[in-house]
Amino acid sequence: MKCSNCGEREGVVSLTQIVEGDVRTVSLCALCAGEKGIETGVGIADTPLGGFLAALGEGAGPDTALAAALESGCPACGATLRDFRESGRVGCTECYRAFDVPLRELLRRLHGSTHHTGRRYAGTAPPPAAIADASARDLRDQLRRAIEAEQFELAAELRDRLRDRE
Amino acid sequence: MIDLTLLPDGGMSWLDASGPGSHLVVSTRVRLARNLSRHRFATRNDPAEREIILTEVQAAAAETPGLGRAVRFRVDRLELVDRQLLHERHLVSRELAAPEPGQRVRTGGGLLVQDQASVLINEEDHLRLQALRSGFALEETWAVVATLDAELGQRLAFAFHPEFGYLTSCPTNVGTGLRASVLVHLPGLVLTKEINKILQALTQVGLTFRGLYGEGSEVVGNLFQLSNQTTLGKSEHELLDQLGKLVRQVMEHEERARQILLRDATSILEDKVWRAYGLLRYARTLSFEETMNLLSGVRLGVGVGLIPNVGMYALNKLLVFTQQAHLAAAEGRNLTEDEIPVRRAAYVRRTLEEEVGRCGPSAGTPPT
Repeated sequence: MKCSNCGEREGVVSLTQIVEGDVRTVSLCALCAGEKGIETGVGIADTPLGGFLAALGEGAGPDTALAAALESGCPACGATLRDFRESGRVGCTECYRAFDVPLRELLRRLHGSTHHTGRRYAGTAPPPAAIADASARDLRDQLRRAIEAEQFELAAELRDRLRDRE
Repeated sequence: MIDLTLLPDGGMSWLDASGPGSHLVVSTRVRLARNLSRHRFATRNDPAEREIILTEVQAAAAETPGLGRAVRFRVDRLELVDRQLLHERHLVSRELAAPEPGQRVRTGGGLLVQDQASVLINEEDHLRLQALRSGFALEETWAVVATLDAELGQRLAFAFHPEFGYLTSCPTNVGTGLRASVLVHLPGLVLTKEINKILQALTQVGLTFRGLYGEGSEVVGNLFQLSNQTTLGKSEHELLDQLGKLVRQVMEHEERARQILLRDATSILEDKVWRAYGLLRYARTLSFEETMNLLSGVRLGVGVGLIPNVGMYALNKLLVFTQQAHLAAAEGRNLTEDEIPVRRAAYVRRTLEEEVGRCGPSAGTPPT
């Protein structure tokens, strides 16, 4: 079966989507599947987390921003993206801000969303200011890094958020 | 050895087969992952910080109705056999229990247990709130955990992100931090070879399956733990609803498969379940795996009405009490490798004989 996306290459993975109770199955070639963040299982770890972690920083030369980001540490706990790649575990609350771009992308791949819609934390202590919404400067920085890493879907979302803010 | 009689009903009410759908579902478990915003997560903190976390959580828990009377354990200070015992009872995760001989135990590990609720401290996340109930009871089990969460959340500053929700050590748990799982017995689908199709369909709609002891454990005795895969983007009730609907469908498929087996393969099915009963009733040595497989046969026989008067409670208890640490606890000493299968077989025989005593001479007697 031809790929439902490009209609040119042979489909190697079939994807079943359920949208509001409607079941659709599409066939995708390796390239289109990769662009949509779907693992085709060829030479990649089985789980989305494993695949993502293995791919983190791959293809980034020593001079790219991403390679530098791999070594930059979280200001609160000192964990680096390299640590995260090795352990698959985040170091602290602040890491979610320090590594917002790659973690946001990972959450999207793992869960299909980055927006929590469940219970809100209603404790006596307000959420720490450090993890409140990123400032416009942070967003611009993230946008630049997303474009450099060719994560265009993420870049579009960041651009929209910046526009909303400004 | 620790005295588990300290726990009301030994922390085992989830085994009593009193819940809805107990002929197919052993238990329902819901857990929430929570972290304290001011402390580093498990892979970055040190023993001193874990001690502080343990103290803070215990102090907060002591003030709550849900955990004010909790029995406390310092998991890291328990002997190996006691950690195994708590793990076999599904009270402590493999990660915290370190149940293999020589395995390094993480310092600062704690457990609080009160009624059907428990909290693991310093596991992969600072807190793992969990509740376990008999049968298929997602909403009731969730209600226990939701109350704990609200009570502890008023006293502890949880790590929460305005967009991502509750923050966890592993990104797979971010958002709600909720993992709900239903331990369901599916021998009909295994025998009719439908199981792979069903499991494949489940994984495509965001569910996952595991063995008796959760992540990383093998499926034994046709017991599948079905749970939600994702934790972010849907509310707790949406996640529970979706899991509930799919488990109900799986249960219907299982019922149908059992009816087909009864109708089209009666003598094969009868032979299978009575052989399983006969072996469990009279064998002199039993491995754990064999016990689980034979128990599955007997459970199926009881479920379809072929084996009369053997209680699901007794069968559920055997799932836990035939394990190594429980056999050792029953003997009051550690057992050698050679002794374990012998003691296990003796324990199973005794339990099934007691069922005959409890239910009268017809228990375990094949209809003529």
